[in-house]
Amino acid sequence: MKALPKILFFIAAAMLLTLFVFPMWQITLIAPQYPTGVTMYIWINKITGSEEGTLQNINILNHYVGMKYIEPDSIPELKYFPIVVIVMALLGMALAFTGRWKWWMAWLALGIIGCGLGLYDFYLWEYDYGHNLSPTAPIKIPGMAYQPPLIGNKVLLNFLAKSWPYIGGWFIGGTFILGAVAIWLQKRNTSIA
Amino acid sequence: MKKQSNQLSNLLLAAMAALVFVLSSCGKANQGTTTGALSGNAASKVYVAPGQYDEFYAFMSGGFSGQIAAYGLPSGRLLKVIPVFSVDPEKGYGFNEETKPLLNTSHGFIPWDDAHHPALSQTNGETDGRWIFINGNNTPRLARIDLSTFETAEILEIPNSGGNHSSPYLTQNTEYVVAGTRFSVPIPQKDVAISSYAENFKGALSFVKVEPTTGHMNIEFQVLMPGLNFDLASSGKGPSHGWTFFTSYNSEMKNSLLEVNASQNDKDFVAAVNWKKAEEYLKAGKAKDFPANYMHNVYNDETHSATSTAMKSVKVLIPSECPGLVYLLPTPKSPHGVDVDPTGEYIVCSGKLSADITAHSFPKMLKAIEDKAFDGDISGVPIIKFESVLGGTVKEPGLGPLHTEFDGKGNAYTSFFISSEIVKWKVGTWEVIDRQPTYYSIGHLMVPGGNSMKPEGKYVVALNKITKDRYLPTGPELTQSAQLYAIDGDKMELLLDFPTIGEPHYAQGISAEKIKPKSKQFFKLSENKHPYVTPTEKDAKVVREGNNVHVYMTMIRSHFMPDNIEGFKVGDKVYFHVTNLEQDFDVPHGFAVMGATNAELLIMPGQTETLVWEPKKEGVFPLYCTDFCSALHQEMQGYARVSPAGSATALRWWLGDEKPVQ
Repeated sequence: MKALPKILFFIAAAMLLTLFVFPMWQITLIAPQYPTGVTMYIWINKITGSEEGTLQNINILNHYVGMKYIEPDSIPELKYFPIVVIVMALLGMALAFTGRWKWWMAWLALGIIGCGLGLYDFYLWEYDYGHNLSPTAPIKIPGMAYQPPLIGNKVLLNFLAKSWPYIGGWFIGGTFILGAVAIWLQKRNTSIA
Repeated sequence: MKKQSNQLSNLLLAAMAALVFVLSSCGKANQGTTTGALSGNAASKVYVAPGQYDEFYAFMSGGFSGQIAAYGLPSGRLLKVIPVFSVDPEKGYGFNEETKPLLNTSHGFIPWDDAHHPALSQTNGETDGRWIFINGNNTPRLARIDLSTFETAEILEIPNSGGNHSSPYLTQNTEYVVAGTRFSVPIPQKDVAISSYAENFKGALSFVKVEPTTGHMNIEFQVLMPGLNFDLASSGKGPSHGWTFFTSYNSEMKNSLLEVNASQNDKDFVAAVNWKKAEEYLKAGKAKDFPANYMHNVYNDETHSATSTAMKSVKVLIPSECPGLVYLLPTPKSPHGVDVDPTGEYIVCSGKLSADITAHSFPKMLKAIEDKAFDGDISGVPIIKFESVLGGTVKEPGLGPLHTEFDGKGNAYTSFFISSEIVKWKVGTWEVIDRQPTYYSIGHLMVPGGNSMKPEGKYVVALNKITKDRYLPTGPELTQSAQLYAIDGDKMELLLDFPTIGEPHYAQGISAEKIKPKSKQFFKLSENKHPYVTPTEKDAKVVREGNNVHVYMTMIRSHFMPDNIEGFKVGDKVYFHVTNLEQDFDVPHGFAVMGATNAELLIMPGQTETLVWEPKKEGVFPLYCTDFCSALHQEMQGYARVSPAGSATALRWWLGDEKPVQ
């Protein structure tokens, strides 16, 4: 089973590619007249909704309080984040074959920093959408901002906004856990040898 | 003395208490027999808590309102009124350019009819929740309503008919909906003396083929019958699949004072048509092409528009030339309803002037045909001997039997107009089991699926013609009513009554689960193929073509694009083609403009509809959204400027601060 850590690390790196298969984050708005909720999915390369018209419906709701339209084409991160993810995944998979746990640690640290930066970027976008309101908004409530929570639940006027990682996000968590296990096993193997 | 009077009054009190007790227990004994609605738990049986759904949809014909009303059962809550052979300013139906063609006929645009008998589409003898058909009696027509949208999808005019009453009564796989004429007429129509009835008048029985995937209707053939008045119909099931049975009256073939003259013969006829035989004759080229003039109108959910096509001929089969196509079954007396039981064995006929209910036996009929047990013929149509086809008789069940429904447990329920009651009896033994009064003068009755091979025998609904004192009065014109009875026990139990739209004739019921999952929430904008669709706000524009001005307008919460338009002129014909850009459930918008002589538009998400506006005066006229759509619905408004004819005002339009486009 000497190869096990390498296999685990390879899988951990490859799991980053699930970001192209599943959304990484979901924001759900719940109000009585939206009995099933309105859910927006954030992918590494796009933003979609629970239904075809969801993004338009969220934009219609948002425009009453002067929030900017969410237009995926105008968010540059959706274009260069996918490249970063692909490069990281390929690099990780290549490093798996070397079996050098210190390089693996460096890769994992880089990934965690990248992830942290990504979350910070997400926060900045949320802040911008929630605070940068049109001065001609039909509904203006002094002191009110509409920034959804980074993670967790929050009441915004008549909506309960819920922001949580989704399948792709869970897989990233999996990447870190599996990567750490692989490093630990490999380090143990190396020290025994 | 004082003590004595005390004793006396105590005695009196005791006697009164005893009387009250006796009376109240009498009342209890009476419950469920004469005053069924008073039994204690009736309310809980029809209570559907807020937010909960009814178990069944009931579709009730609106009679002379030309509509169908969809109710929930058991609550009796009205869910939607569907305009069919009627115009409806609320929905713009028959007023907007898209739906006007649906009401086109060979006589021109007809905004009214008398809609009697809804019929749910069936697969393998079971209701399937795809479509509901209904007849238009006055100007003979057949309509198909799509149950994914609850909107009229198709209307077919029936030529050579004098009133489409014995219709639609479809076959067990919706192969055909039928359309028998109530009035015989000269075929083809011509100017003859009415008194030449016996010689010149004929009755056409039309078989309308239904395309299995689209539901589109086409008159496959007509059977040209002698001049009888065809009243109602029922298509065979199981063993009798392939046959349709039509009741008739006026075997006397009279044309005036029918209440007397058509009520003389002891027996009239049920016409049994073998439509599978008819298909063979069609294939063999036995049908004659009769010139005809009728309209076929089809609505398309992608163009959101209807088209009307003129049809010019129809294939006719003449019974005397097609042996085995039709037989006449003598039936006492002026039979109204005819209903084939779920096993397909018995053909239950309600002779409305007869003391009995007559059930013909389908196997006996086949045997009689084989044995040639005939008793003469009319115009070459053999009359089968009454005794050879009679399957059984329910003896003196009531007065004025009209219609029969079944519960799938071997029981039949017949409505009695004159004695105002529903009578439950057993198919095969012909014994009466139970009876319940109706309030008043029941016409049709309905068990969900009660005319199919698989009835859902939980309730029967009585459809009453007269209400008199049953509700708060509303002047001389009073509502008709529906009454709901539970039939899952041994005895029928009256649970509820509620007013209906127009005069309900027949109705249909179906498990909500067969319709609810397929109900459309909105139309996809990306699939909108309307010739004047405006798919985005950027595509909005105003185009002048001579005196016709086409406005390509959009609507979304909470504005129109454009909402200011200048350059209309008195004498213009303005077409507001309005597209609802919403893509969400339950966000219709309305459109109204001052001085429009038609109605509003009520546009579903993803749909385009057109309102014609012919401004007669110069000025600036408001337009606005009529359907409360959002918090800023009231602000969803705009202006149309009308200049004098021949003026130089340029055509310009805009929204908000955008520069005017021209």
